[in-house]
Amino acid sequence: MALSGLDIYKLLPKTNCKECGFATCLAFAMQLAKKAVAIEKCPYLSLEAKANLEASSLPPIKLITIGAGEQKLEIGNESVLFRHEEKFHRPCGIGFIIEDSLTDSQIIDKLDKINSLTFERVGQKLEINLVAIRQINDGKRFSDAVKIISSKTSLGLVLMAGDLSGLKLALELTKGKNPLIYHATRENLSQVAQLAKEYKSPLVVYGQDLEKVAELTIELTSQGVTDLIIETANKPIADKIWDLTQIRRLALKKSNRALGYPALVIVEQDDPFEEIQEAATYISKYAGIVLIKGFESWQVLSLLTLRQNIYTDPQKPLQIEPKLYPIGSVNNKSPVLITTNFSLSYFTVLGEVEASKIPAYIMSVDTEGMSVLTAWAAEKFTPHKIAESINKFALAEVVTHKKLVIPGYVAMMSGELQDESGFEIIVGPKEAAGIPSFLKNL
Amino acid sequence: MALQLMTERWSGKISVVSIGATKEELGTRTHTIRIGGEESLPCLFQEAPIPNKPAIAFEIWDIAPSDWLDELNKVYGNVLNDPLKWAEKCVKEFKAQSLCIKMQGAHPDFGNRSEKEEAALVKELLKRVSVPLIILGCGDDTKDNLLLPACSEAAKGERCLIGSAVGDNYKTITASALADGHSLIAESPIDINIAKQLNILISDMGLPLERIVINPTIGALGYGLEYAYSIMERARLAALSGDKTVASPFVCFVGQETWRVKEAKTDHPEQGIIWETLTSTALIQAGADLLVMRHPKAVEKIDKYIEELFNHK
Repeated sequence: MALSGLDIYKLLPKTNCKECGFATCLAFAMQLAKKAVAIEKCPYLSLEAKANLEASSLPPIKLITIGAGEQKLEIGNESVLFRHEEKFHRPCGIGFIIEDSLTDSQIIDKLDKINSLTFERVGQKLEINLVAIRQINDGKRFSDAVKIISSKTSLGLVLMAGDLSGLKLALELTKGKNPLIYHATRENLSQVAQLAKEYKSPLVVYGQDLEKVAELTIELTSQGVTDLIIETANKPIADKIWDLTQIRRLALKKSNRALGYPALVIVEQDDPFEEIQEAATYISKYAGIVLIKGFESWQVLSLLTLRQNIYTDPQKPLQIEPKLYPIGSVNNKSPVLITTNFSLSYFTVLGEVEASKIPAYIMSVDTEGMSVLTAWAAEKFTPHKIAESINKFALAEVVTHKKLVIPGYVAMMSGELQDESGFEIIVGPKEAAGIPSFLKNL
Repeated sequence: MALQLMTERWSGKISVVSIGATKEELGTRTHTIRIGGEESLPCLFQEAPIPNKPAIAFEIWDIAPSDWLDELNKVYGNVLNDPLKWAEKCVKEFKAQSLCIKMQGAHPDFGNRSEKEEAALVKELLKRVSVPLIILGCGDDTKDNLLLPACSEAAKGERCLIGSAVGDNYKTITASALADGHSLIAESPIDINIAKQLNILISDMGLPLERIVINPTIGALGYGLEYAYSIMERARLAALSGDKTVASPFVCFVGQETWRVKEAKTDHPEQGIIWETLTSTALIQAGADLLVMRHPKAVEKIDKYIEELFNHK
């Protein structure tokens, strides 16, 4: 739990010596609470108070980085159990498992397919994050497979090897790429911890249940290995949800540091539908990383969309810049359709206008990211507001026809909008799906 | 030291709604579907009892749908022209445990079938299939106020679920449900306060809260799913904390929302099916109790998923 300014003030010397650069200890405490200044600025802090402050300033779920460069994955730092309370901060990492028993050319084929899996929805790029290499054959084959994969992807790597010599070879090959080591167990704890330390790599800690995992993370942190990701054994879906829920609850509500790490889940499911359903379940219920095997584009698109939905900030709907967007080769006779600047509204209309193959303008009105009906009810999408946008975007100079198409759901504002804007109002379809046939008959 | 787990102690519980009356209950259904009754959040079996599994109903129409996608038309084929055969196919071939008939053809813009015709259809449907029935109006308030009482009476004593009651049109349908022994779907536009208010208005007319199912209005995956997801989570938390006025099971109309999105129209038949499947999956995790679906393969996958969820320690 983070301390308040007053809590911190109690731990300070209260001498107002000003050596920290602030007029009083209280002022310094307030800045500390905002994390705007470092604790070290106070030269007179007792060791005990310092340890106390440092512990309380740590986030309850540690931020872990996997990979390096632009495509590195950062997970952790979550602060709530339910997305409506604030938001889920760092989208769950999604990765694919490739086994080293495949031939080199099969591996390369898989990577080519994985590299082509990027999608765009409502103006956001949807991407996968990790490639995991799983050892099936000997350590030498494993490191050879890692070599191929690491040269062909800039995604973060997960090295899944039981053979420690193979693991060491692979770590040597991927130096500087910050791969995730999978995994430390009770049996191999000290050797794997040594590797994690030597290569400064994040490490997955595996235990049968939460209690065993917590024991191991305590041992590891006492050895100075602190970049951890936790995993419990494979179990029925509901039992896994229980584990993930307990990890999140205990870390946030009970400040349990031993479980204050992101959680990893591997979905071992051959049916392509059931695999995605299970993965989606864990994404909804607190997983930090989900590893799957299937990578058909229909599977991946649906899973990435689910993740986008769950990790959207509920207080801040996705918005686009309000402006007049020309779609296709428009001219001064092209129709003008009005919608809001809520991303989903705009991109749905955009998709249908594009599908119609009829060049048109879409005028996105600033509704602070609200959808058509919500914005209308909240008086953000009124005849007055729309008329303002018409002037702002100088619509009368762009098109010569003085006609506007409005969404069918706000047909009731036609008269008033006509008076306010001087444009002739045409009521469009209620649903965007009706736009192509509407435009063809316009 | 043993790890101390954190279990919530909830004071509230979701009400149990039964759909379908068997012979013993003076109806003609072969079984009854019970939904609701949760005393905890979805799947947290180790915290408190979750006595009933989410249920699935196949969506059928009284008329052949003109705008259903090829993937669905391919699956159902000719039976789309005959609601009775359509119903039988769902039950016999796809093992439907319940059916949801939408009286689209009664809508003034879709043929304006009379309430008499529709009531006769309900009567015939009850003869031809013996699973519990959900009956939906056409969505036109004026027409529904004629249509739903007629259908309700035609199914008297069968303990159907009928809908939908909305904020400015709930009185006629509530009175019918009350008179004929049915339960009611109360629909609110992704708004927990309106859901609460509507439940209060309906129960003030004498229909017990135990006979109301909330339709929170959902969006498909990628089309506003997250709004419904969070509204359902919030309502569930309020209900478990003791607010009886939102302690109703949820019905989610997944089929109608997913089979009109862009992704369902691609060349991969799996894309539409997974869209319906994954939307349902996520909503089950938000607390859905009854899913109204369209594609038999999606239903099969959700059915299996539910079985797996209930196979736990």
